[in-house]
Amino acid sequence: MSNAFVQLSLTPILIGILASIACALPGNFLILRRQALIGDAISHVVLPGIVVAFLITGTVTSIPMLLGAAGAAIIAIILIEAIKRLGRIEPGAAMGVVFTAMFAGGVLLLEQSDTSGVHLDVEHALMGNLESLIWFQAEGWHSLIDPAALAALPVELVRIAVVCAFVLTLTVLFWRPLKLSTFDEGFASAVGIPTGLLSFGLIVMAAVAAVAAFDAVGSIIVIAMFICPPAAARLMTNRLEHQILWSVAFATLSAVFGYVFAGYGPLWFGADNAVSAAGMIATVSGAILALACLFGPHRTRLGMPKGVDE
Amino acid sequence: MLAGFIEALFLQSGYNAALVAIGAGLLGIAAGAGGTFLFLRKRALVSDAVAHATLPGIGLAFIIMVLLGGDGRNLTGLLIGSAITAAIGLYLIDWIVRRTRLAEDAAIGAILSVFFGLGIVILTVIQTMNRGRQAGLESFLLGSTAGMLFQDAVIIAAGGALAVTLVIVLRRPMTTVAFDPDYAAASGLNVRALDLAMMGLVMAVTVIGLKVVGLILIVAMLIIPAVTARFWTDRTERVVIIAGVLGGVAGYIGAALSASAPALPTGPIIVLVSFAIFTVSLLFAPHRGVLAALLTHRRFQVRVHHRQGLLALARNEPIHDPMTLEVLRREGLIRKDRVATDAGKAQAAKALRDEKRWEIARQIHQDEAVSDRYDGLTPIEDVLTRDEIDDIDRRIGPPVVVESAG
Repeated sequence: MSNAFVQLSLTPILIGILASIACALPGNFLILRRQALIGDAISHVVLPGIVVAFLITGTVTSIPMLLGAAGAAIIAIILIEAIKRLGRIEPGAAMGVVFTAMFAGGVLLLEQSDTSGVHLDVEHALMGNLESLIWFQAEGWHSLIDPAALAALPVELVRIAVVCAFVLTLTVLFWRPLKLSTFDEGFASAVGIPTGLLSFGLIVMAAVAAVAAFDAVGSIIVIAMFICPPAAARLMTNRLEHQILWSVAFATLSAVFGYVFAGYGPLWFGADNAVSAAGMIATVSGAILALACLFGPHRTRLGMPKGVDE
Repeated sequence: MLAGFIEALFLQSGYNAALVAIGAGLLGIAAGAGGTFLFLRKRALVSDAVAHATLPGIGLAFIIMVLLGGDGRNLTGLLIGSAITAAIGLYLIDWIVRRTRLAEDAAIGAILSVFFGLGIVILTVIQTMNRGRQAGLESFLLGSTAGMLFQDAVIIAAGGALAVTLVIVLRRPMTTVAFDPDYAAASGLNVRALDLAMMGLVMAVTVIGLKVVGLILIVAMLIIPAVTARFWTDRTERVVIIAGVLGGVAGYIGAALSASAPALPTGPIIVLVSFAIFTVSLLFAPHRGVLAALLTHRRFQVRVHHRQGLLALARNEPIHDPMTLEVLRREGLIRKDRVATDAGKAQAAKALRDEKRWEIARQIHQDEAVSDRYDGLTPIEDVLTRDEIDDIDRRIGPPVVVESAG
């Protein structure tokens, strides 16, 4: 049992946790800045990015895919900003125009090009392939200290670990300016913080997290993790430090329980096929948010009547 | 391909393709007009959550129909299921915004991702069912009109017609609510009921559009025409009409294009046609387009340089700015060696006098109505009456001749 666990489940669970945390961290700031749907937009435009990268390089290796996706995310951000300013359009609508058009372009390119030889399709982009990221060389827990086995860890795990550490480092390094500019942009720029640059940097950081996580787990988890754990955490506390910790905890819980329910849940009901882990992780994060909405100690706005049904 | 496109455009490429094109056109009209109300209420992305929230409904409806011994692929049943979960998602967004301190964008994102994730879980359950392997429910993600059943095409065309009717019936009260909800409430309209009707319309469009454009892209049919129409007019009722027309055109042309060749998926083609119209409008629309804005800016620049150049001439100050020199030279106000012509001298004297009159006027009229109209460009004759200017002139004294700076 433990052998099979290390071989089949340990790496997907770890990847799920790291991807969830990498997305939840910037998500905290995006939620407070009313930019929660940036994650939604980014995860849609990743598809044209990887399709273009595939058409240029002809392979589905990771680095071109990541560059393509990151490039598409940055183009989308610039386009949204341009449409917002040039047309004086509200941000939500500008976002809707850009990400749907880019996604449509991606699907069309995919249909037009010959991708029969490679694993590249819309459903994969949405759902990821968390279940297939197994650690084939592992023979048990002792493999964790076996260099040969460690060298054969799925490359997705290494990559998402690096990105997660990167996002964490940036969050810690820029903690004070990020916090200040999120809560009081006017004050932040008055004390000399370049708020425009910081805001763009935050979105780029979110894009990097989204692209890396997308590679391993698909875009459903990305959108869910940008929003659900930070939103639930927001209902638990008034302090940003605590909110971040709560969101990390919720992200971890979602990943672990989501994976376990997806893999083992159907067995408990007598079925013998697992269901989508990505979908289940998103569902669990939604369940956590629902609980926070119902019972979170700081769930209401200040001054809102308590316990009054409208 | 071109022949195929023209055939499809004139409904010559088969009965089904014609029905789909008509249905997509009607759907586009309803989506464009309905989406406008949403856009004007600044709730455009609510429709994205509604669209994604249809997925669990589709899956559950399939499972229930199979369990009841039916086919499971009955479009009407699937659409009813999708409408039910979409309505639940919509209600939950509203509930989260009203009852917790989360903002609407967070609520939209949460419902969108969680319902979609749940939907994917249900789809994987269906794949393991005996009857589920050929369910083809994935086609609802991106839409697919290839090999569509005749009765499905009829449902889409009829649904599109119904949605258009709903728009026509409700357009006046909805326009009022979208434009100014407080005024609408004060004039006796039931804003909450109309908002519900608006959401009902959005839901209807989404559900009908599932089979044609798919749930990921249907939001584009609701948003893009409304945003595009906004470039062409500032009047709410015209935005609704233009958005409906643009949506209809995009739906119809998109469906025809898609029918004309293989590997042209209907949904993405419709969205891209719509986006192409948007791009053209963004660049070339009168008044609000980028080109018009550039021209307006350029005209303003010329006026500023013209005026400042004349004032510099009048005050015998040297002019260094290349654009100012260019403007003055082109209008024949200075010669190549920067010396003012007779016309230049006359206009310079006039500009200086105007400036002086303004100075006095702003001392006399310290009320905002006059002083606020001073921008260094507007001639004072546009603001004050002849008598008032004569009064100012008496204080300044007679005109003086300007000597050229050489």
